[in-house]
Amino acid sequence: MTDGERWRSLFNDYSNSSFLEVLRRESPHLIPGHEVPAAAEVREPVHGTTVLSVRYRDGVIMAGDRQATAGYQVASRRIEKIFKSDELSGVGIAGAAGPAMEMAKLFQTELEHYEKVEGENLSLEGKANRLSQMIRMNLPAAMQGLVVVPIFAGFDEKAGLGRLFKYDITGGRYEETNFDAQGSGSKDARDSLKKLWKRDMSRDEALRVSLEALIDAADEDVGTGGPDLVRGIFPSVKTITRSGFGDVPEEEVKGLCEAILGERSRTGNGA
Amino acid sequence: MPLPYYVSPEQMMKDKAEYARKGISRGRSLVTLEYGDGILLVAENPSTLLHKISEIYDRIAFAGVGKYNEFENLRIAGIRHADVKGYSYSRGDVTAKALANAYSQALGNIFTQDIKPFEVEVLVAEVGDANGARNEIYHILYDGTIEDERNYAAMGGQSDEIRRFLKDHHKEGMPLDEALQLGVRALTVTQNKTLTEKDLEVAVLDRTKARRKFRRIPLEALGQLLGTAR
Repeated sequence: MTDGERWRSLFNDYSNSSFLEVLRRESPHLIPGHEVPAAAEVREPVHGTTVLSVRYRDGVIMAGDRQATAGYQVASRRIEKIFKSDELSGVGIAGAAGPAMEMAKLFQTELEHYEKVEGENLSLEGKANRLSQMIRMNLPAAMQGLVVVPIFAGFDEKAGLGRLFKYDITGGRYEETNFDAQGSGSKDARDSLKKLWKRDMSRDEALRVSLEALIDAADEDVGTGGPDLVRGIFPSVKTITRSGFGDVPEEEVKGLCEAILGERSRTGNGA
Repeated sequence: MPLPYYVSPEQMMKDKAEYARKGISRGRSLVTLEYGDGILLVAENPSTLLHKISEIYDRIAFAGVGKYNEFENLRIAGIRHADVKGYSYSRGDVTAKALANAYSQALGNIFTQDIKPFEVEVLVAEVGDANGARNEIYHILYDGTIEDERNYAAMGGQSDEIRRFLKDHHKEGMPLDEALQLGVRALTVTQNKTLTEKDLEVAVLDRTKARRKFRRIPLEALGQLLGTAR
């Protein structure tokens, strides 16, 4: 290598601030999907079921039920499907739970790594794109049944509003303007959101709409878990606004779920 | 082929050390102080974009003095080390000690094997968690020498004088504003000029924060802490 080539190669390495590229170079065995199992080996992976995202006045809400299934069995009742990816964005995972959680963790590290190396955050568009590349990387595993299809949502500081993106297994990225849902109960949740979503909703309205949709999904889809009053397990709900990623307290979610269920049993509406 | 000149190893090391020390002493200084809620890092740095202090991981910060491109390389290597380790084990397993050892090895190797040693000193600080674990501050020199410091540390140009000053004035459990004022006084102890918030780069590892303890102190807040706000 001549001297000229040596310094020029520094400019060609645009991937300097990517954690994923570091892994690829130095520890490829840590990359999820590095070794794709033969189809026969993956019989019944654990699946996460319904996640959704709803845009409202201050940003976006992300919500998901808490159940994971393996075939017709409940694999877990308390799984968490909404992950904070950084201060201003989150991913909701649906599909094969193992690879999906691994992807969420890798994505979170990727964003933090970029932020620390560069000293500033990636744009929301940049984050959405990066996730799309990770999903594409998972395509061989997806062909074997380990499908990962997340929802990505966040607050776009430049545009001053909440934005959300859905994906397909090839890494295709599609921005949705108002709401979207993903997973086995997603169709029911979307139908519900289609009727209930309104422009410029307040936090409380958006929260109620999200929970109504999750309860509808749990009603119609066997894989999706509803509010579990016996064990005290409720959907996990997060808000992402200008001031950051926040949990909606469980007490508040519990109160709202009880109110929704109470009204349904009283009026018969939605039952 | 002509024979290379013979230089005794002793002479060679001495020359390299002198070269590195000269490079470092030309630069501005940096101090670190333990205070009530964690660890404070103060650097004299008029640039708001080229940082000397940076976040490495949840509880770990990095600071470097000397040649920018050299400590910047070390900083990024440190972030990579920490992120890969945290990703493959758990976040709690990333420690300043392992990182400081890696820096020490790297600088030691460069010092003995490369023609030109790195003209840098780096510092790795880790804040202890709320239940009483102690803070750790490691100071690594251009030749890989590693020291574990307590209460305060100083690097760069006039670090000996600054260290003497801090030894006399540092108190345990100071509030942030008092610690910052002390840090700034320490930086000016060898020069007769005053430093304003515009000449400073300040960050803390604040143990009261949630996961990521590192926080830069912005200009306005700096003015208030120094008591120079208008």
